[in-house]
Amino acid sequence: MSFCRLTAAAILLLGPSAAWSQSSPTLDKVKATGVVAIGTREASIPFNYLDDKNQQAGLSWEIALKVVDALRSRLNMPDLRVNPVNVTPQTRIPLVANGTLDLECSSTTNNTERQRQVSFSNTFFVVGSRLLVRKDSGIRDWPDVAGKNVVVSAGTTAERILRKLSSDNNWQVNVVLAKDISENFLMVETGRAVAAMQDDVILFSNIARARNPALWQVVGAPQQREAYACMSRKDDAVFKAMVDGIIADLMRSGGYEALYTKYFLKPIAVKGGITVNLPLSDDMTALIRDPNDRPYQ
Amino acid sequence: MTYAWDWLIFFKPSVTGEGLYGWMLVRGLGWTLLISLLSWLFALALGTVLGTMRTLTNRWLAWPALLYVHCFRNTPLLVQLFLWFFVVPELLPPAWGTAIKQLAPTTGQFLTVVLCLSLYTAAKVAELVRAGIEALPPGQRAAGAAMGLTQVDVYRYVLLPQAFRTIVPPLTSDFMNVFKNSAVALTIGLMELTGQSRQLSEFSAQSFEAFTAATLIYMAVTYGVVLVMRHVERRARIPGMLGTASG
Repeated sequence: MSFCRLTAAAILLLGPSAAWSQSSPTLDKVKATGVVAIGTREASIPFNYLDDKNQQAGLSWEIALKVVDALRSRLNMPDLRVNPVNVTPQTRIPLVANGTLDLECSSTTNNTERQRQVSFSNTFFVVGSRLLVRKDSGIRDWPDVAGKNVVVSAGTTAERILRKLSSDNNWQVNVVLAKDISENFLMVETGRAVAAMQDDVILFSNIARARNPALWQVVGAPQQREAYACMSRKDDAVFKAMVDGIIADLMRSGGYEALYTKYFLKPIAVKGGITVNLPLSDDMTALIRDPNDRPYQ
Repeated sequence: MTYAWDWLIFFKPSVTGEGLYGWMLVRGLGWTLLISLLSWLFALALGTVLGTMRTLTNRWLAWPALLYVHCFRNTPLLVQLFLWFFVVPELLPPAWGTAIKQLAPTTGQFLTVVLCLSLYTAAKVAELVRAGIEALPPGQRAAGAAMGLTQVDVYRYVLLPQAFRTIVPPLTSDFMNVFKNSAVALTIGLMELTGQSRQLSEFSAQSFEAFTAATLIYMAVTYGVVLVMRHVERRARIPGMLGTASG
């Protein structure tokens, strides 16, 4: 990854003229078509979502918009159009790999398997998987789920971790698979599973959106941290350096903390105003001090 | 396109530590076959009864069958599955609902899918059976009655054997549809073939290989259905009926 940092440094030092000497498929495509295609989600609160006015909003979405602003000035195209494309966990990687999307900023984990297909920017969020349970369920920590039904979203890192935890500790957990984030919560809400395992931040946002948030709580120490990052085409160092620079600048300038407060600590315009209420973690503080693009897996 | 192809992915160990990636597809195929074949058997049985009921003159039998076909044929399969899985257990007495929800997850999902797919497909089979019976010349029924056969015997020995032979070709496409429709199982978390290929694509990040393999497997399965049904068609053909009569 130091190569990317060097590239970024080189671009900063030599100015925009030198950057053109390196080709960037993303910049070329955007310049040629006048449109930038950005992958987003409809209900991944508070990263990407449609608010009560049906406007796209969220922390990741705002990062993507900052990239668009940078593209507008860099390519000198003030009327560059943004084409938001709704993605699902299943479609997002193929769509970036086949060139449909120029940038995808949502809640996508950076890991080595995925790096074979796409390139990841600097990390903009760190999560850990935890358990969402009904307060009266009697489940206080990981070992309490032994022999019980636990729901995970199919194909997520949480699924891998749960299967591994269960087989390593001989807990015999019944792994229930859900299609997406909302169905995941539906499974615990209707009692098909006693606990839902997911990235902690998604659990907190599920509670914030629940009919009666007081019924639910998040328990268990965070398992295996994951780094959320923006995806772009593989082998496009110029564009990656640009996105990396934007995220690093945001963290160094204090702009990131303002965004964090806006989306995680203050009410957001969903269902008439909900608050995710997730304090800044130690991992996040460390990340803001030292922006980087290292995956955990 | 910057996709990195890796066709050997199926022979590499899965990140979940549950064997090779290829095994995920094999397990998925197992579920697909089990769900589809069971649903098809139930659908054939139920569909025959319902289709017959629709051709009866007794309106107390014909109307319920008509209502059934309308309800199950005119709503999306996906909606039906969600109703069976998420809504029906909430409508039952709480003790029953809880008992259903406490079933081992895979058992619960499997039974729900088979129930849903059988009822849905039965509506289609019923329409075919009805069409097959109605396509027969009215003289057949009259001749049966004239020979002193009861209505049950007319259906059993005269109408249904001919109707079934007539509808073998359209039945083939419904038989194939069951295999394809069984992919809805993944929406309630049962990882059949499509579900497993999605898992494979998520875990390995090799989406195109995963879905190419799933496509080829589905094509092989449906081609198998075509071969079997072609054989059935040839054996069941009535010489002189339905175009070319070859011994």
